[in-house]
Amino acid sequence: MSGTYIKRPNRPLQIYAVIFLIVLYTPVLFIPMFSFNDSLYVRFPLQGFTLQWYGELWTREPVWNALWNSIKVGVVVSLISTLLGVVAARAITRYRMPGKSALVTFIMMPLVIPGIIFGVALLVLMSRMGVPLSLYTVTVGHLIVCLPFAVATLLPRFEGFDPSMEEASADLGENGWWTFWRVTFPMVFPGVIASMLLTFTISFDEFIMAFFLTGTDPTLPMYIWGQLRFPQEFPSVLALSSLILFVSFALVFVAQRIGRVGLEDEL
Amino acid sequence: MTNADAFISIQNVNKFFGSFQAIEDVSMDIAKGEFFSLLGASGCGKTTLLRMLAGFESTSNGEIFIDGQAMSDVPPHHRPVNMVFQSYAIFPHLNVRDNIAYGLRRQKLPKAKRDEMVEEMLELIKLPGFGSRKATELSGGQRQRIALARALILKPKVLLLDEPLGALDKQLRDQMQLELRALQRQVGITFVFVTHDQEEALTLSDRIAVMSGGKVLQVDTPEGLYETPRTRDVASFIGNMNFFNGTVRRNGSATGAVEVEGLGAIPVPVEQLTKPDETPVQIALRPEKFTLSAEKPAADLTVAGKMDNTAYLGERSHHYVAIQGREEPVAVSMPNLGASDLGQAGADVWLSWSPDSIVILDAD
Repeated sequence: MSGTYIKRPNRPLQIYAVIFLIVLYTPVLFIPMFSFNDSLYVRFPLQGFTLQWYGELWTREPVWNALWNSIKVGVVVSLISTLLGVVAARAITRYRMPGKSALVTFIMMPLVIPGIIFGVALLVLMSRMGVPLSLYTVTVGHLIVCLPFAVATLLPRFEGFDPSMEEASADLGENGWWTFWRVTFPMVFPGVIASMLLTFTISFDEFIMAFFLTGTDPTLPMYIWGQLRFPQEFPSVLALSSLILFVSFALVFVAQRIGRVGLEDEL
Repeated sequence: MTNADAFISIQNVNKFFGSFQAIEDVSMDIAKGEFFSLLGASGCGKTTLLRMLAGFESTSNGEIFIDGQAMSDVPPHHRPVNMVFQSYAIFPHLNVRDNIAYGLRRQKLPKAKRDEMVEEMLELIKLPGFGSRKATELSGGQRQRIALARALILKPKVLLLDEPLGALDKQLRDQMQLELRALQRQVGITFVFVTHDQEEALTLSDRIAVMSGGKVLQVDTPEGLYETPRTRDVASFIGNMNFFNGTVRRNGSATGAVEVEGLGAIPVPVEQLTKPDETPVQIALRPEKFTLSAEKPAADLTVAGKMDNTAYLGERSHHYVAIQGREEPVAVSMPNLGASDLGQAGADVWLSWSPDSIVILDAD
């Protein structure tokens, strides 16, 4: 028998894991599969392989506009939410304050509050204040959705390093500003990158907030939603969805890998 | 109103964390170039006091002067002190050279000069050629040296050390003690050293402050602390000690100055006898100050007892001797010079001592 008790291979657990993944991802796999299908209709049997639907996407102006909108929103959201996340995570881990655990709970709350509630609330708020719906309002909505993810990604980074590192820097003559840039930031940097990738992906894929808060410029998910009314466009929607799936998966995968860099072999 | 000789002057300092008082009215002076230790069990306030010198904790009241300058409004990064942290706090994202040169940024030195200073430091800590190593590749002892170099390169007026040898194994710790002492003599910087290890404090220090419960019990040289502890806490914290209850009875003579349980009326050093007659006092006697013999010795001061038990420790043995008029056996430590004729448990033995080995403690 190889390995320690806890690391011994466990056959039932392996089977369970495989079934788990199949159940989770089979429905999703139909999308890329039918995006290569040479037919307007989503039905078996498959009609043959084609790249036609991807080619059509390429030439379609509104797709590019929507993509550009999503990227703009995603980049701004990832930058701002990560910045706020760094500040929040640092405050939570470095300062003694009353009601800290309650504060963390409230920061994480948007993870479990239905998006439709936040969407409606923001829509009401914006219209009361007379703010016209635009990509800016979508950005605000996405910030609320993304901030908990940024904090959750960054917190372990800040918790994982010895506060005497920052004290050592102060002791060696650096003020708070330089200590942050010379010690704190380099040490949490992998977490910052992971947070930016993750929040970008979440914003890029987000639909519910965008549904309530989009003005005349659609994001990519909004564009897909709009196209669902036209049956002849459906294969192109599948192609676009497949691309989004692939990019999202890649970004999150990279974020996970980067986020763990240096955590295991920390001093 | 600082003492003219004092390089560091701590004056009536208190520290509260909420309602908990971590430091209670501590005052002491530390001279320039001194190797000064703060010794005490964990939670005695020694690390808090060190962090107050570094500026990481504020004083609730009282004042700390370093080289004549009041420190309360000086933030850590402007204080003329540097610290070696218990965890060493070596920056893991920098190599050894950049770790050591970390504090030099503000001096805006040319790169060649900077590298030269780092090399000098690496020589000093006996790690030449280590500049390009990654911080994560270092052993505990090497990290400890890098932490020292990183602080010393800034030529601080005071170096603070927070249990820097605590994480090392015994052999390395003994070696680092010698090196640290030699290094301190070489650079001539005032060291303030925190430790809970009495042996370490005795070995390294010029003077030691023994702390307990946020208070300083006694500040003295290692020899002074060992030979003339002022209180029972200090006496029992450093080394082993026999304590006896006694009563002052001068009887108008040089002998019989104190009536001690089990020992009778015995003479004590005159300069220690400050209390009036009939005052109860505590007498302390180190185990190695007794001489133990099988035959009644010629000495004046001697008392008969029975061997209770013996612990053999190699170079010396610890004997426990029961005497009349005292419940607890007296601990005696004797070097194992040759074949012992002291016999087994129950054998008759004689204890003797000299008057000047007696310490009269202040009432606690």
